[in-house]
Amino acid sequence: MKFVIGMHINPAVLDALTDEEKAAIGDGHGALLTELKESGELIATQALADPSQSAVVSVSGGQRVVTDGPFVEAKEYLGGFYLIDCEDRERALEIAAKIPDAAIAGLAVEVRPVMFYDGALEA
Amino acid sequence: MTRSPVEDLLRELTPQVLGSLVRRHGRFEDCEDAVQEAAVAAALQWPASGVPDNPRGWLLTVASRRLIDQVRSDEARRFRESRLTAPDPVDVPAVDDTLTLLFLCCHPALAHGSQIALTLRAVGGLTTAEIARAFLVPENTMAVRISRAKTQIKQAGAQFSAPDPAQRLPAVLHVLYLIFNEGYTAHHRADLAAEAIRLTRAVHAQLPTDSEVAGLLALMLLTNSRRAARTTPAGDLVPLDEQDRTLWDRELIGEGMGLVKAALAGPALGPYLLQAAIAATHADAPTTAGTDWRQVHALYLILERIAPNPMVTLNRAIAVAEVDGPEAGLSLLAGLDTDKRLAGHHRLLSVRAHLLEKAGDLVAAHDLYRHAAKATTSLAEQRYLLARARRLAS
Repeated sequence: MKFVIGMHINPAVLDALTDEEKAAIGDGHGALLTELKESGELIATQALADPSQSAVVSVSGGQRVVTDGPFVEAKEYLGGFYLIDCEDRERALEIAAKIPDAAIAGLAVEVRPVMFYDGALEA
Repeated sequence: MTRSPVEDLLRELTPQVLGSLVRRHGRFEDCEDAVQEAAVAAALQWPASGVPDNPRGWLLTVASRRLIDQVRSDEARRFRESRLTAPDPVDVPAVDDTLTLLFLCCHPALAHGSQIALTLRAVGGLTTAEIARAFLVPENTMAVRISRAKTQIKQAGAQFSAPDPAQRLPAVLHVLYLIFNEGYTAHHRADLAAEAIRLTRAVHAQLPTDSEVAGLLALMLLTNSRRAARTTPAGDLVPLDEQDRTLWDRELIGEGMGLVKAALAGPALGPYLLQAAIAATHADAPTTAGTDWRQVHALYLILERIAPNPMVTLNRAIAVAEVDGPEAGLSLLAGLDTDKRLAGHHRLLSVRAHLLEKAGDLVAAHDLYRHAAKATTSLAEQRYLLARARRLAS
């Protein structure tokens, strides 16, 4: 079963972390990546740039309209995700709990099943 | 996928040869490489020179030589050559090693996903790319998974001596059942359903008197007989009571019914045979109304007793509703609300919606169909449930 594990970030929370804590997050993600690659459960993971780099695009009367910034203004935003294919929901929750963000108050790790999938199969 | 006669023959023989080789020498991964090389050699030579009189013996001899070469050249240090001796080409085992190989691939140390992948690779003869496509994962992801499964088997200390079939057979049947379901529920993966049937036929040929094997094969054939009727050309699901029964495959039904009848005459009555008997009852009926629902209900009742499972109770509720009315079905469902395995499950929601619709409570049915549509992770099912809800709204 495929799941997206989304990581919701709050920059204020991240900024308040010590350098050691930040390094521990990086190490935790590294260890998890290695594990998921070796188990054949990882399809992809991506980290997203700051929402200030977002552009919201709409088309009105055939004309493209672009506005800067995120669609939803919020303290938390989607900072990145893991796309995994694993045995069942229970295993997805187990993997999510290994994401270091899950252990930090103010950050959130969210697991959702994938309903449709195409592309990136020849990787 | 279309394959040449030589390819078909190789697909049938390579798992047997792999089984023989591993049984003799262990070393699953090396044996697999050797058998692959022998199969490639055969695929190149046989179309030109003709298929040898004893193709299995030919493959076994060539694969054994490759294995010995490989061991001598690469791994002489960590493997005693004395363990390997060239096989006598005449010494082809009489037993079909496909079954032994299936037992190995469905090793209890592996998760179901790995058992399935390894079974399709080693026994089904599918390429890693084909398996990856079937499960919509990148090829290298699948390659890692298969290779890890082999390592896990090795670490678990699996001996290739045939385990007690009575012990391992249920795992094999479960894996074949899962492969079939993958193929049947996703219509672009029809190949997997055909592959599951092919492998189950092979097991049935080895164990013709096992009623659960016969039951599983019959269940697959009877279920597959409805394939053309269960979706519209646009891919929308058609429920059993609305299916055009003239589209059902009578040949598959005939074969499935024959298997069920023969197996029911025996002493054992297991879950697969019971499910096949239920499918046979449906296959036998001209319409939903003309279905022997009392028999369906009785069969579910036995199934519930020998293999208790909330999903079985859920299906029994549908049968109860047909026999005693929707209220009887709904009161059976009420007992499932506290079952954690089904809490919020879209099947529970959609069956309840269906029974409420039959009972005339259209408002509640409409809301539950929409609720169920949110709970499912299948796009086809979601479209179907939303369509049911729309039908009630108008």
